[in-house]
Amino acid sequence: MDYVYVFITGGIICVIGQLLMDGTKLTPAHVLVLFVTLGAVLTGLGIYEPIVDFGKSGATVPLPGFGYSLAKGAIEGVKSDGLLGAFSGGIEATAPGVAAAVVFGYAIAVIFSPKTKK
Amino acid sequence: MSQKKNRMNQKYNYYVNNVAPKPKYISNCIKAFFTGGTVCIIGFILQKWIQSKGLDQKTASSIVIMILIFSAQFLTGLGVFDDIVKFAGAGLIVPITGFANSIVSPAMEYKKEGIVLGVGAKLFSLAGPVLVWGFSASVIIGIIYAIIT
Amino acid sequence: MAVKKMGQQTIRFPLPPKIISAYSIVGPKEGEGPLKDWFDEILEDDMIKEKTWEKAESKMLRSAINASLKNCQKTPEDIDFLLSGDLLNQLMSASYTARDLGIPFYGLYGACSTMTESLSLASMLIDGGFADHVIAATSSHFSTAERQYRFPLEHGNQKPPTAQWTVTGSGALVLASQGAGPVITHITAGKVVDFGVTDANNMGAAMAPAAVDTIAIHFSDTGRSPDFYDLILTGDLGQLGKQIAKDLLTEKGFNVESVYNDCGVMIFDSINQDTHCGGSGCGCSASVFCGNIYKRMMKKELKNVLLVSTGALLSTISTQQGESIPGIAHAVAVSI
Repeated sequence: MDYVYVFITGGIICVIGQLLMDGTKLTPAHVLVLFVTLGAVLTGLGIYEPIVDFGKSGATVPLPGFGYSLAKGAIEGVKSDGLLGAFSGGIEATAPGVAAAVVFGYAIAVIFSPKTKK
Repeated sequence: MSQKKNRMNQKYNYYVNNVAPKPKYISNCIKAFFTGGTVCIIGFILQKWIQSKGLDQKTASSIVIMILIFSAQFLTGLGVFDDIVKFAGAGLIVPITGFANSIVSPAMEYKKEGIVLGVGAKLFSLAGPVLVWGFSASVIIGIIYAIIT
Repeated sequence: MAVKKMGQQTIRFPLPPKIISAYSIVGPKEGEGPLKDWFDEILEDDMIKEKTWEKAESKMLRSAINASLKNCQKTPEDIDFLLSGDLLNQLMSASYTARDLGIPFYGLYGACSTMTESLSLASMLIDGGFADHVIAATSSHFSTAERQYRFPLEHGNQKPPTAQWTVTGSGALVLASQGAGPVITHITAGKVVDFGVTDANNMGAAMAPAAVDTIAIHFSDTGRSPDFYDLILTGDLGQLGKQIAKDLLTEKGFNVESVYNDCGVMIFDSINQDTHCGGSGCGCSASVFCGNIYKRMMKKELKNVLLVSTGALLSTISTQQGESIPGIAHAVAVSI
């Protein structure tokens, strides 16, 4: 049953993104920023945690999940280290993903060249 | 701008919106739903498999994200990611794969402008705003949390 | 006294300059389109063995100019002026082309209207007695324009249905005071017209009013009517822009239905080639005019043509600042 929940949650989040791109003038870049910020804010308000419990990877793989990890990390950071944790917690929690994206991205960019489009 | 010109522009834009072809909302949304769902399922299967090897949930999550990021960037390198997105739309842009693509695509594009100000700087041209907003939001949320508790 | 000016914005040439040679080069995608048999040269690879897209575009422009010179047995030394431009910042392609050719150079920026802008000015130089031979040439390249105005090539996104596809192509025309070929009888310089369209993915709608303005003024200045022309050809309005231009011209009382077409619509098969509303870029009207129209005029299939290249004068910064898109269109009347 988990698989169905994962699929539906992930699918719905993507459909919201699609509607934003088709129905408004927002570019993919705007949608990325909006979703990450929204994920963080919803986590702060305690709304995103239940979605993650329900949808699992369906809620953590889409970009609001990135915002969720950031906000959750910051809150946990405050719990363990006080105010300094607000600064370190979120970035610590997402560091593997961000570092991987940057390092892999750099490596791929060095190896491959863009191709013309047909 | 005079009011008359303003009204004329409004009238023209209204007319343009009426004659302009519209995006195929329904078929786009169905495609986005299925590809987005599939990417998440792949993430979920990976997650379960890694956890079955004895790693805790948090570590497994990080590894899943890293695998998805690498896959998306590799497909970008091969030049097929954007072709798939033409079909999948938000189904691949909204998952972490879209973030990965937004890092590697400008970096590849600006190779000839050098490895520091080309690849290095452009790597963040689309992903930078995501990190700026995401980090800022998380720090503000942390501070608010610290104040409340 | 401006004896050659007629009406508001039109210039008549008592000694009409002749187009003695034309050459068009297009990229592989354009070479698969409906006009594939008309172009002089179709590139197999739009990188043309260069290291960067910009160098490739410059090489394409240079090849077109050299080939157009060869066609009329001229050398760069015979040419008095080169009027050229492209879509890139600081006219990278045209400037580097001019560096290699060593012809006195005026760089022009009229966005996608540069073909008729350069033709207009070249005609004035010749009719005014300032030159005997002038080259008017422009180019655009999908990959250089895309990275400057939109997203990196490999960036995943869906283009909206109103978007257009920048043509990889270049066209060069040699104008002369003496010789054989179609003659440029009139030009109508365009005003910048802005109807408040802000969507950079809908340039057809942004440019159509400018085209209509210029065409209507051309008719009233010259006293000609749409029937005079075998073909009235706008630059790159695309399908939507063409529809809008037709509607607006009908509203103004000009029935152009049977003689009107658009280079952006002609160059691609928008359904099978996935180009949405059609082609755009200064290479669009340049390659279609130099490839298709010029040859049909030489065969006398077309006798009187009004070429109206259209330009959207936006920049990446103006779009981000939320400014509307100013449009411009210059008309050139060609007869044989």
